[in-house]
Amino acid sequence: MNSFILIAILLVLSSIGYSFGQRRARSLSGNQPSALHSRPQYYGLYVALWCGIPSLALMALWLILEPQVAEWMLISSLPADIQALPADRLSLLLNDVKNLASGNIVSREVDAALQSAADGYASVRQIGNAAMVVVALAIGVLGLSFARKRITPGLRARNLVERTVSIVMIVASTIAVLTTVGIVLSLLFEALRFFSKVPWYEFLFGLTWSPQTALRADQVAGSGAFGAVPLFAGTLMITFIAMCVAVPIGLFSAIYMSEYAPPKMRAIVKPMLEVLAGVPTVVYGFFAALTVAPFIRRTGESMGLDVSSESALAAGVVMGIMIIPFVSSLSDDVMNAVPRSLRDGAYALGATKSETIKQVIFPAALPGIVGSLLLAMSRAIGETMIVVMAAGLAANLTADPLEAVTTVTVQIVTLLVGDQEFDSAKTLAAFALGLVLFAITLTLNVIALNVVRRYREKYD
Amino acid sequence: MTDSTAPAAALRRADLSEERLKRRYAAEKRFRAYGLAAIFAALAILGILIGTIVWNGHTAFVQTHIAMPVYLDPEIIDPQGSNDATVIQRADYQGLLKTSLRERFPEVTGRRDRIKLYGILSNGAGFDVRDRVLADPSIIGTTQTIWVKSSDDIDSLVKGYIDRDLPEGDRRVKDNEIVWIDSFAADGGVDTKFNTTFFTAGDSREPEQAGIWGAVVGSFFTLLITLVLTFPVGVLSAVYLEEFAPKNRWTDLIEVNINNLAAVPSIIFGLLGLAVFLGVFGFPRSAPLVGGMVLALMTLPTIIIASRAALKAVPPSIREAALGVGASRLQVVTHHVLPLAMPGVLTGTIIGMAQALGETAPLLMIGMVAFIVDIPGGVTDPATVLPVQIFLWADAPERAFVEKTNGAIMVLLGFLILMNALAVLLRKRFERQW
Repeated sequence: MNSFILIAILLVLSSIGYSFGQRRARSLSGNQPSALHSRPQYYGLYVALWCGIPSLALMALWLILEPQVAEWMLISSLPADIQALPADRLSLLLNDVKNLASGNIVSREVDAALQSAADGYASVRQIGNAAMVVVALAIGVLGLSFARKRITPGLRARNLVERTVSIVMIVASTIAVLTTVGIVLSLLFEALRFFSKVPWYEFLFGLTWSPQTALRADQVAGSGAFGAVPLFAGTLMITFIAMCVAVPIGLFSAIYMSEYAPPKMRAIVKPMLEVLAGVPTVVYGFFAALTVAPFIRRTGESMGLDVSSESALAAGVVMGIMIIPFVSSLSDDVMNAVPRSLRDGAYALGATKSETIKQVIFPAALPGIVGSLLLAMSRAIGETMIVVMAAGLAANLTADPLEAVTTVTVQIVTLLVGDQEFDSAKTLAAFALGLVLFAITLTLNVIALNVVRRYREKYD
Repeated sequence: MTDSTAPAAALRRADLSEERLKRRYAAEKRFRAYGLAAIFAALAILGILIGTIVWNGHTAFVQTHIAMPVYLDPEIIDPQGSNDATVIQRADYQGLLKTSLRERFPEVTGRRDRIKLYGILSNGAGFDVRDRVLADPSIIGTTQTIWVKSSDDIDSLVKGYIDRDLPEGDRRVKDNEIVWIDSFAADGGVDTKFNTTFFTAGDSREPEQAGIWGAVVGSFFTLLITLVLTFPVGVLSAVYLEEFAPKNRWTDLIEVNINNLAAVPSIIFGLLGLAVFLGVFGFPRSAPLVGGMVLALMTLPTIIIASRAALKAVPPSIREAALGVGASRLQVVTHHVLPLAMPGVLTGTIIGMAQALGETAPLLMIGMVAFIVDIPGGVTDPATVLPVQIFLWADAPERAFVEKTNGAIMVLLGFLILMNALAVLLRKRFERQW
């Protein structure tokens, strides 16, 4: 909480700077604001920015770097024989020292060396924190007084403030790009580490998936096969089932909504369909696992079929329900964008409404509809909670929708939830799967967005 | 031109057209019916979804209580007679309840049967007694009838989720337990009361002591961080892209990138959070701080796209008028365009927040799935959020967690409906037609 209080203090300091600057500008101009280059508020903002930005930036930097520096100091203070430990044992030890320093439970016996290391670490952290507060406040005050001194009636405060604000805006708009870069880099980096342990062709084309590797040498566990084909097959099957549910229902409701429905019905039904899109996926997952799966199982059993309780069918059907609104609202928009003149031409030739739709509007809107289906598909491929809760964990390579299959997203979750070793092939495999998932959905999105955009340009 | 002008052929075609028209109209009707059927199917599914949740979940808001006559033995509660609240607080109230159960059913003797008998009350039933005593210490030494929580199995039985007609072996509640609870019921000693625990407690292994308050607070802190990070950044970048950015490769790239980011699966953001925020920066696991940061990155595209649409809707004449009287470009935006676009921006923000509130998958990646009993007190305390709590309860084996899960879903949907209603209201109230 300490740093939040500091942020609050710095913000208060900045607002004090704002009123200082404003008052200073007023008094310098002899209470004739027209003598100033800018309006007095801009002088206030000028001071506030000088006070706030450097100190907050320093604080952010400090918060990111300080733990690393403290850890480095801790390691170098440890005896040489401990420093020579392998990396994983060392990190366990460091964790214990940190826990001891913050008064938490420790997993080993506390001896004098450990205690002194922990005390040293605690004092370093404490000094670091105190230093941060002092330095940040000092920079804030310095910035304030510096900027206040620089105020003259001729200072071009508005231009300076506006330039700063536009730099801040540019930085803000690059955060979205940085996020993408971060995603790509982190996935690539971890995936490459995975591929140095497991060859990429084995991952992409292998037919068995059993990621349970032994944590210790003496543990009995699976051999650790990382062939992801069963996962891809499972994902595709569930996505296919989902599309089989969503495409007819979504398309037909879009057609009805855009061509037949009276405006009053449209106004009521459209938001209700959108409710389906707003329901959290965890709710769908629960619905799939507790209502749909048992229902399918009972129905299958009454027909003499052997249905797994985590069948691909249940997960796929519910996922289809989830993406109905994506299909319907996107296709609805697309069909509404078909120009009136095409419709009128068809009616003038004596076509009925359904003939117009089938032979004129639908073909004209086809590229846009395909785009919306691709978007819905990428949504289904990346969907996690429904399959985590309703699909299985066993990686079966099967084409039977009544059996349990597993998907890419399910495996990412199972590999990463719970206790983990950050370096094992098991955890790294999740990042490789993530990379594949990201690449597939990105490709689908890029194609879909391009198709839709080109389609829009055609009729705009 | 030669074959179609014969009068006989024309006559025959006229006959056919009558029939064909009928066929075409029938096809028209069929097509229309398909459309209606699709809409009804979608609405019916929505109805079933909501219906099953409410049907299975409404009982989560009540809890079975049993009226237990308890002798509040001063020897056990306050042996020294000190009347000190800390002493009274620590007494063994569960033991008092066990004593009165033994007195009520003296025929139950064996150790096994006794444990079964004690098991009809919740492990936390003692707290109900404690609270009564703490509220009024003068009742110590008297015999009071106090309504205490039953165990989750008894609760399920009373609510009718356990079929009494099943053979005993298939039933979680055994015959002798039913006899005991029926004997209480015969005296009017079994009743369902409003379940305050559900709204005030954190998670628990015991269904009857589990509540959603911890998750609600966790969700609140997470969304707070998300809002603080994503709103300024989103609005600033929307303003830049819409009002200031020159049309060039770089801004094109940003635009394409934002559109694509909006469609990246949420779990990928979780992987990013795990690798960067936890791995590189070393932020604490399970903390709302990290969860909020991940969700902020996830909702950023939504907010940018919505804000840009709102800014675009402000007519250029307003900008030109402001520029004409000598405002700088930034003044045009901050004094005129942004205030006019604010309702749209806020609507987009609320919708983005609603999305973030319902998100589960990325939070699983950064360890917000831990079993956390305490109510989080800040953004760096370990916490969980409502959807993750639903996920955790959905996995729990106890029958009574099913209704808790449904109840928690109802609360979550309630929050979402509230937020969306607010967004609609905002749009209706402040939307301007130019």
